[in-house]
Amino acid sequence: MGKIVELDGVNKVYGSNHVVKDLNLYVEEGEFLTLLGSSGCGKTTTLRMIAGFEEPTTGSIKVEGDSVEEKEPFERNVNTVFQSYALFPHMTIFDNIAYGLKIKKVKKEEIKERVLAMMDLVQLNGFEKRYPSQLSGGQKQRVAIARALINRPKVLLLDEPLGALDLKLRKQMQLELKRLQKKLNITFIYVTHDQEEALTMSDRIAVMHDGVIDQLATPTEIYEHPKTKFVATFIGETNIYDGCVTSIKDGIANVTLENGVVSVACPEDFSILEYASVSVRPEKMRFSSEPVEGFGLIAQVKDYVYVGSVLKCIVSLPNGNELKIERLAGQELPKIGSKCYPYWEPSDAVLIHNESHYIFEALNSIKLA
Amino acid sequence: MRKGKKIQKLSVVFCTFVYIFLFLPISVIVVNSFNATTTKPYMSWKGFTLEWYAKLWENTSLLESFGNTMIIAVVSTCLATAVGTLAAVGMYRYKFKGKGLIDGLLYIPVVIPEIVLGISLLTIFAQVNIPRGMLTLILAHVTFCIPFVIFNVRARLYGYDNSVEEASLDLGANRIVTFFKVTLPILSPGILGGALLAFTLSIDDVIISYFVYGQTKTYPLKVMESVKSGVAPDVNALSTLILIGTILFVVLTQGDFFKKKRLQED
Amino acid sequence: MSGKKKSLEFSSNTLPAMVTVGPVVVIMTLLIAIPLIFVAVMSFCSIDEFYNIQFQFTADNYLRLANPDYVKIYVQSLFIAFFTTLLCILIGYPFSFVIARVKGKYKKILYMLVIIPFWTNSLIRIYGWRSFLGTSGWLNSFLMKVHLIQEPLDLLYKNGTTILGMVYCLIPFMILPLYTAIEKLDDSLLEASSDLGAHPAKTFVNVVLPLTAGGIFSGSLMVFIPCLGYFFVSDILGGGNSDVIGNLIERQFQSGNNWPLGAALSIVLILVTLIIVKIYQRLGGDMDALGV
Repeated sequence: MGKIVELDGVNKVYGSNHVVKDLNLYVEEGEFLTLLGSSGCGKTTTLRMIAGFEEPTTGSIKVEGDSVEEKEPFERNVNTVFQSYALFPHMTIFDNIAYGLKIKKVKKEEIKERVLAMMDLVQLNGFEKRYPSQLSGGQKQRVAIARALINRPKVLLLDEPLGALDLKLRKQMQLELKRLQKKLNITFIYVTHDQEEALTMSDRIAVMHDGVIDQLATPTEIYEHPKTKFVATFIGETNIYDGCVTSIKDGIANVTLENGVVSVACPEDFSILEYASVSVRPEKMRFSSEPVEGFGLIAQVKDYVYVGSVLKCIVSLPNGNELKIERLAGQELPKIGSKCYPYWEPSDAVLIHNESHYIFEALNSIKLA
Repeated sequence: MRKGKKIQKLSVVFCTFVYIFLFLPISVIVVNSFNATTTKPYMSWKGFTLEWYAKLWENTSLLESFGNTMIIAVVSTCLATAVGTLAAVGMYRYKFKGKGLIDGLLYIPVVIPEIVLGISLLTIFAQVNIPRGMLTLILAHVTFCIPFVIFNVRARLYGYDNSVEEASLDLGANRIVTFFKVTLPILSPGILGGALLAFTLSIDDVIISYFVYGQTKTYPLKVMESVKSGVAPDVNALSTLILIGTILFVVLTQGDFFKKKRLQED
Repeated sequence: MSGKKKSLEFSSNTLPAMVTVGPVVVIMTLLIAIPLIFVAVMSFCSIDEFYNIQFQFTADNYLRLANPDYVKIYVQSLFIAFFTTLLCILIGYPFSFVIARVKGKYKKILYMLVIIPFWTNSLIRIYGWRSFLGTSGWLNSFLMKVHLIQEPLDLLYKNGTTILGMVYCLIPFMILPLYTAIEKLDDSLLEASSDLGAHPAKTFVNVVLPLTAGGIFSGSLMVFIPCLGYFFVSDILGGGNSDVIGNLIERQFQSGNNWPLGAALSIVLILVTLIIVKIYQRLGGDMDALGV
């Protein structure tokens, strides 16, 4: 597998707005890469620069090893599935899908054959003569995908393609897209703000924040070992608190939080007295009725919320902060109002460098051991 | 660099030429209003003067015609807007026989050449012996303005959510209060657009007025009369003043628009 | 009068419908429907030696319409209308395209700059062209001053001059519907076309043109039809050499004083209008796109 798309030092500035900052990114051939982030993080701009709709202010973009910054969109061997679908309203479904081939002056019989095969692939048989306005959202989506794929692009760019669909259809289309991508072995670059979607479909995820890629890794890695506070909070639910590393022993760090000391597995690049954040997923949290060694948190059970397969427990800490703890339904649990001692396996928690060097007042009052 | 920049330059040049085309005769009018020439047809340049602006105030028949134009425009705009808005709402809401026929009638003043409308009104006014003058002018202007008001309000009605009126009724307002407090404000952009269009059409109308004016001359008719012998610079002076007035009006209203927009953005 | 009213009986017979739609029905019936019917009736009448209208059926007026002098003017009028429309499209389309796709606050200003000239009386603007193009006008004076020409060019009183004036008067009716149609065009459709390999020229033919055709059609309708009737433009700039159908009608109602003949000419103009509107509808034009 080679690198099919490479972005090197790419910047995009609109007036005083620095949208994409010094972006370096490569995409492997046949890979499903997701650009994930909230609106305004630069993910769509990045995609549009690869497609050729925007020119990078500085930096280079290579597709299959060739620089493409000077190339117009119609000269690039990448195709886009638009968020709004952008189906041509005055053309039938057949003509929409055939558009790229007609432009390339492919023979009529071949166009017909390939369009029908493509319609079969995206399960749109029998819709040739309809117009986009006569289709449902999900069907339009399939047309948009078919129209882009029929050109056999090296890379398919998808800009929030499922954003307008309802939840059930979205889940179904996620699986279908993944199936298509595997089957055709085309590189997908997928833009979304939906972290669940990103986790479900991607080979790798680039989490973007404020024009910068915070972390680029596999879904598992991103979920279990977030590199920044933003990634930890953006992907899935988590309990995250700032503190200070007060001791490191046998690969386990004691971190002093406002509410007490906790234990976390400590990677090698952390040192004593460093400000850091601790992130623990709700499903990794435990209770105990007795104090646990290495943990100094005391909490009061506030509420239980039933969410299907699991039960969410909300406990409050002395300073008013809350922790979310998830348990499988049916387990025995402390009563509301009772005292408990939250803890976790040190290896289940993640220690994150705290770049903001935010010093909270309470820390000053803690006597360092 | 990509080709986009070249096309951009080309389009700027092209649009500049179009704007020159649009403003060229107007600049002729403005310049000629300062022309010191006193011989017909008042074309060759004889030096700068403000005399025509002073003389304008002595030309009572010209001023009177301008007054007539304003009276007719204001009255017929008000009438057309009121009647047109009511009709647009009524036609949108109620089903009745002959609706298609009214629709068809409304398209006539929009598509048919004005001259046909003008002569048809002339023949009917002559036939039933209505003396031509202010009354016939206003009737004619109201007639050709109404469809434009209706179409503008109707365009606004297409996106209209009936449930807001139901909400108002549900909250205890009767139909008349609902119309004034809910329906009218929501439709106001369409109504204003229609009224502005009606006003513009009315002050500029030559052809229809030409057939129904009798003794009451409007400003365009006065211009038409003087065109035969050469438009005197005092007519140019009045036109220049009107132009300045409209530009001021645009700047003031649009300036207001920009301010409001900025507030919304904040 | 009463026959008309009967066909408008309100089936629901509700008071609000009467109150809201009633005034328009009265006005449109009295001042549009009846006058036009009256014109149709008059076109079959004759006049006596004192120019009084005789209400006796005759088809003479229609027979007189075949007069070769008139036929020449119909042809000339259609010719002028055709070229005016064509020029309006050729100038108006690229122009609307550019200003409709300008981003930001200048767009509104550029749009207003199109409207403002049309708030000055149209006659006086046409007269401005005469002052500009006349033998002692600006253009000739300038060209003679720089010694490009010795004798003033004879620019007035030609079909071309009338077409210029018509284009000038009617171009906003082309620009405004085009502007609306182009502004509605979704950027992503153009991007999609480009993305699928189409050169800008192909994108224009395949996507932009079909999606803005409605604007071209309604603009053409709003330019072509008035062009047949704008007698004052050909009066001022054509000086009797490039009359349109409107001039023929005007003459019968003013100096000629043969109203029945003028009425017959008007009926012809109405028929031409109806044919053009039918073509417009056949092409998929929306009647509601006119006049907004």
